[in-house]
Amino acid sequence: MSLIEASGLCKTYQAGDIAVKAINEVNFNIDVGSFVSFVGPSGSGKSTLLNMIGCLDSPSCGELHVAGTDVSSLDQKQAAIFRGENIGFVFQDFNLIPVLSVYENVEYPLIMVQNWPAAKRRKQVMELLDAVGMKEQADKLPSQLSGGQKQRVAIARALVTNAKLVLADEPTANLDSVTAHRVIELMKSMREKFNTTFIFSTHDPKIMAEAEVTYTLVDGSIENKEEVAS
Amino acid sequence: MINILKIASKNLMRYRRRTILTTLLITIGIVAVLLFISLSGSFRALMVGQITDSMLGHVQIHKKGYVASIESLPLTLNMKPAMVEKVTGYLSERDDIEAWTTRVKFGAMFSNFKETTSIRFNSIDPEMEIATSPLLPGRLIEGDRKAAFVEPGKIVIPELIAKGLKVKVGDSIVIVATNREGSVNGNTFMIRGVLEGISGPGGRDGYMHIDDARNLLRMEDTEISEIAIRLKSSKALSKIHKEMNTYFGQFNNKAGKPAFDVHTWEKLSPFSNIAKMIDMLDVFIKVMLVAIVLISIMNVMLMAVYERINEIGTIAAIGTIPSRILSLFVTEGLLLGILGAFIGSVISFTIVYIMNVKTISFSFGRQENLVLQPTLAINEVLIISGVVILVSVLASLQPAWKASRMDPIEALRHF
Repeated sequence: MSLIEASGLCKTYQAGDIAVKAINEVNFNIDVGSFVSFVGPSGSGKSTLLNMIGCLDSPSCGELHVAGTDVSSLDQKQAAIFRGENIGFVFQDFNLIPVLSVYENVEYPLIMVQNWPAAKRRKQVMELLDAVGMKEQADKLPSQLSGGQKQRVAIARALVTNAKLVLADEPTANLDSVTAHRVIELMKSMREKFNTTFIFSTHDPKIMAEAEVTYTLVDGSIENKEEVAS
Repeated sequence: MINILKIASKNLMRYRRRTILTTLLITIGIVAVLLFISLSGSFRALMVGQITDSMLGHVQIHKKGYVASIESLPLTLNMKPAMVEKVTGYLSERDDIEAWTTRVKFGAMFSNFKETTSIRFNSIDPEMEIATSPLLPGRLIEGDRKAAFVEPGKIVIPELIAKGLKVKVGDSIVIVATNREGSVNGNTFMIRGVLEGISGPGGRDGYMHIDDARNLLRMEDTEISEIAIRLKSSKALSKIHKEMNTYFGQFNNKAGKPAFDVHTWEKLSPFSNIAKMIDMLDVFIKVMLVAIVLISIMNVMLMAVYERINEIGTIAAIGTIPSRILSLFVTEGLLLGILGAFIGSVISFTIVYIMNVKTISFSFGRQENLVLQPTLAINEVLIISGVVILVSVLASLQPAWKASRMDPIEALRHF
């Protein structure tokens, strides 16, 4: 069953008088619970594609359905609500809020996005922190954590709303290879535990080998799709 | 909402020095405004009290045209007994009036048997006068303040004449006056007191008993030049003045024109212009406060938005709707306003309390050792604090709006 269906998807930017095609009529389907990577050199369109899947940007043409919703025509508020209900994000620079503790960072989407009651929030946050191995660090501030720990917290924050899909743009770019491998392993185990679809972009060959499905992007087009039997 | 408040307060604390400086600026502004209002209000109330309680009363009623000619104190514009009865009858029925006094005012010649000068007299019933102008005996700089203010045959003269003609309490002098028919009459009086001068109309007048004035002026009727009224509460002045105007406006003279003039002290005393200036200064300093709060909050919130662009991108990306982002930043401005208003109010109350304990006195004109008793009305503090908080919210709206409308992709790229 497909979680994401893209058909004839394209994105064109206007750079002065020149129209730049960042994504050029790509087609792909991504199944529920899959572990997918988009790889390619800088400027190949990985981030643009993830932004469109994550409803942060809208396509210039084609169709894009995420979790059964045509996301190409959502306005700013509708897109925010859709993201809050369906999508979690993991960023290259972790993007934790520096003044909030680990616990509060993970709790943040439940307060600001979904408005869960306090008791339910606490249970969910502690469960996620336990799952990513950060329960003991719940009261620490992001500045007291290592890069790998920060990314674990970011993964917990992405999953805390029971997101169907987690998008991770270069999630290991700022980590050493050992930590990067552990983060990818954690994402995989979270996929197993919560049946969440993970899509990440990378240009690190070791990391892309971890994905079950890998799409290679070149100049905005999908040049290759590689599947690894699980 | 509580969670947004928590997050907003944590955000403020991340830039602790900036938050403290902004709060300090708002606090200083609030303290300056509240202290100015408190002191100017105290000064105003003191001076108004001096004027109304020692001379003018709160309201005065005259025959139409008398006030316009008051410099010459025309006896021909006195109220006849029938008019006086109309006024006193009306005043007796009102329960918001504490007292009133009837006065005959006239100009005369004052002689110490060697020199002569002109003088103006208020002739009064001392009991009615003191009930209406309770601070009048306090203006006596010579003579017994506890004795009857004036008695038949004994007068009170202004300090200027006492000094100019070198007369003192106990001296005999002669008063010569012309009555409304043009006849001149003179009587001998004894000086029982000397009255300090005070700025404004009547501030240099002498006082004599009303029976002496009727005798001197050979009045057959109980004519009255003016009726001064003291209200139970000066706060009701404009309401009562309006009602009196309406009531006395129904009486016309033979020419079909209004028979009475009803004036508040504000219309009769030049100090009302000073009071208006104080009110204008109050408004000016409040506007300054609004400007200080507006600029400081807007500045600090714009900086907060600029410094947190990447963070705004993150919270937008994870699904925070624009109105929530807006409310987060507005709450930060709101908290700054509340904090500044609260601390400023507490400091202001403390300073006002200390000023009352320490006793601040000053001189105004010839009056010395006037004691300022600054007070802060709760409603005034609430209004000013409310305005500051409202302005804080308004000032943070533009930066908050900017934050809420940011493109998440652009914001996430910002470092």
